[in-house]
Amino acid sequence: MNHVFSFARSLPLSGRIGLGLVLFWLAVALVGPLLAPHPVGAFVDQDVFSPVTASFPLGSDYLGRDVLSRLMWGARYTVFLGAGAAMLACLIGTSLALTAAVRGGWVDEVLSRAMDTLISIPSKIFALVMVAAFGSSLGLLLTITAITYVPGNFRIARALAVNVVSLDFVTVAQARGERGLHIALREVLPNMIHPLLADFGLRFVFIVLLLSGLSFLGLGVQPPHADLGSLVRENMSGLVDGAPAIVVPAIAIATLTVGANLLIDSLKPVEKQG
Amino acid sequence: MSAHVSVRNLRIVAGSKAIVDGVSFEIARGKVLALIGESGSGKTTIALALMGHSRFGATISGEVLLGETRVDQLDEAGLQALRGRRVAYVAQSAASAFNPSRTIMSQVTEPLLVHRLASKADAEVRAVDLFRALALPFPESIGARYPHQLSGGQLQRLMAAMALITRPELVILDEPTTALDVTTQVEVLKAFKAAIASVGATAIYVSHDLAVVAQMADQILVLNQGRTKEQGAAEQILHAPTDDYTRTLMAAASPTERSAPAVVAGDALLKVEGVHAAYGRLPVLHDISLQLARGATLGVIGESGSGKSTLARVIAGLLPRSAGSVRLGGEELPKGIDGRSREQFRRVQLVFQNADTALNPVHTVGQTLARPLAFYHGLKGAEAKAEVARLLDMIRLPADLATRNVRQLSGGQKQRVNLARALAARPDVLLCDEVTSALDTVVGAAILELIDELRRELGIATVFISHDISTVRAFCDQVLVLYGGTAVEQADAAAFARGVHHPYTDLLMHSVPEMRAGWLEQAVTRKAVLPSEVGDDLCRFLPRCPVAIDGRCNAEAAPLRAGDGFALLCHHELQTLRELTA
Repeated sequence: MNHVFSFARSLPLSGRIGLGLVLFWLAVALVGPLLAPHPVGAFVDQDVFSPVTASFPLGSDYLGRDVLSRLMWGARYTVFLGAGAAMLACLIGTSLALTAAVRGGWVDEVLSRAMDTLISIPSKIFALVMVAAFGSSLGLLLTITAITYVPGNFRIARALAVNVVSLDFVTVAQARGERGLHIALREVLPNMIHPLLADFGLRFVFIVLLLSGLSFLGLGVQPPHADLGSLVRENMSGLVDGAPAIVVPAIAIATLTVGANLLIDSLKPVEKQG
Repeated sequence: MSAHVSVRNLRIVAGSKAIVDGVSFEIARGKVLALIGESGSGKTTIALALMGHSRFGATISGEVLLGETRVDQLDEAGLQALRGRRVAYVAQSAASAFNPSRTIMSQVTEPLLVHRLASKADAEVRAVDLFRALALPFPESIGARYPHQLSGGQLQRLMAAMALITRPELVILDEPTTALDVTTQVEVLKAFKAAIASVGATAIYVSHDLAVVAQMADQILVLNQGRTKEQGAAEQILHAPTDDYTRTLMAAASPTERSAPAVVAGDALLKVEGVHAAYGRLPVLHDISLQLARGATLGVIGESGSGKSTLARVIAGLLPRSAGSVRLGGEELPKGIDGRSREQFRRVQLVFQNADTALNPVHTVGQTLARPLAFYHGLKGAEAKAEVARLLDMIRLPADLATRNVRQLSGGQKQRVNLARALAARPDVLLCDEVTSALDTVVGAAILELIDELRRELGIATVFISHDISTVRAFCDQVLVLYGGTAVEQADAAAFARGVHHPYTDLLMHSVPEMRAGWLEQAVTRKAVLPSEVGDDLCRFLPRCPVAIDGRCNAEAAPLRAGDGFALLCHHELQTLRELTA
């Protein structure tokens, strides 16, 4: 715990704000459903798109459901599905990129062309086909979104890794007789971690958008559950009234993604330390 | 005559640290002042201050007078009118100072056009005149080329052309020949000197090389840590320095003979025979053979592109040889790094030129040194820690440096750590690739001394690759001279000192500036006597050879001529060579 506090103290103000927002949303995602005043699909309001009142702190949605409750239930899909898919995408993409950069030659060629092929498939159509074939489930959504963002991460990570691999200390390691795994993980990866984190932040935002897009088409998280993106989409008709039902989930997405990126940007790159 | 440039009590502060503190000097019109010092001494900072420029966050105080103009008080518009017109700057690395996507002519004439001093046509005429004055090849057409089509020496001269085209009053030359080969340096220095004199400009020459400065300067100012150590006429500083620091610089510039020559005992430890190597289809090494005994040092000399670094890479297995054999203690080493055993890796260690890139910036000194210990010797925990401390002690760095990040070290410290990492493997052969060329003379001399001491104590055979012939001469037991990937001469130290040399070696030796004024004027740039010929078997040096024999050198391969302790490839008889190179 002390470690967390000293870490927080070492961050600049923007980083602390980011950290605070990320922790807040993590907490909501973890315990939200326990604290939510109403069940996720309960119709509790007589009116639709009602404004902020004492009984409905964030108003009600287009079917008269409590927005606060739906938000608290929905946050976990966006946070865990989004972050999970982004992590999976970055893990796969970066591993393949390191393999390509360290091995070089035909390995690099095969991997790069395979990624080029994958990148040429339109992500939404790909998702549609997959969902149509296998039916929508959380596991499938995670897989689809991860696969969609692997090639982008691979491209960036490979470009970074190829630059690092050309440096003398990698040659020194090769001349020392080091195996590829050591070179990839100990010599190359630490030198590209910061741009990779920034890339992770971007991918996370994209994935939240892709998930809400899928939900809009009815292929994502299935009703009565909804992630933050689908909360925005389903309440779109409330835009003209300025209903909190559409404003609040939008703000939620914004704070979550901006918070994550503020936090990542404030982690000092290695070269600026000391 | 009043001074043309006068600087009084110049002080440049960045943050709370004074980079330059209380420096004053005056230069008469048309004279050359040299600023000398190690890196970090503030010499470039002073030079830039004369253009009214300071790096971000630094403030200039004091008085900088150019003619009647107070440079330090000019506003942005005044500075814009000054720079490139009255004061011009020639940077160290011309290769990175040119825009690769524009032609030479458009870049050289730019100062004139920006300041609206001439029409495009006039500017181009002036540029061609300058190209001619700077002894550039094809002065009429060279302007149409792009920077990547020209050599480093040519670019450096073109950079001077860019600076001189506005006929500035003051030219600032910032280490303009440091990145060049010695043979190129002579030509560039000559061209600079003539061109500056013809424009009649006052010049400031920034350098760390005393011998070069001796050729160029009328006055010398010695700097250390932003303070003036000594200042005076060039003759006096070079021949009767009064300050201790100047004396240290002078001593480091001329390497002293090694105290104890190697005790070369037993059979050859490293044996390279008939090695050929190529990058793709481009051949870089041609039939190289060498032998090295335990504790001995072999110096490999050559210009850039001669294949000297490639030789180290081939021995280390980083570039697989295409023919020939490399034996270590009688055991043949596999061609590439695939198939070499960990023990074979351990016995051959490579130390790179540039410690900035050779050390992984995310690791600490301790991590850097501990890796080979764990990898080769299985040392872990307290044992490894003790060994790291011992290594740091051996390279004379304090033990508490182990927890520091390698980024936080100075250039000299980095190079020591770089060396210690190789020593951690307890190697039999150490391949040192230009280990001192990125360092200041004083620091470099200390590193050399360290290598020599370790070699004697640990009995490591060293291959010492360098472009600096005087260092190699003072430091090595054997010398191998490479030209275009061919070993044109090979000799032991005694024979090398006695002095029958290949014409190329001779050219190299005569291109090293001597620390006396007037050397440059005497140095003859030897021109090739035969037009350039290309042939696989012919002597590679033929296109540049001043003593080539028509009908033989351009017709057949050069024979190997061996004498007492040396061998070289040349058509001339040894006796003739002795006379030619005397």
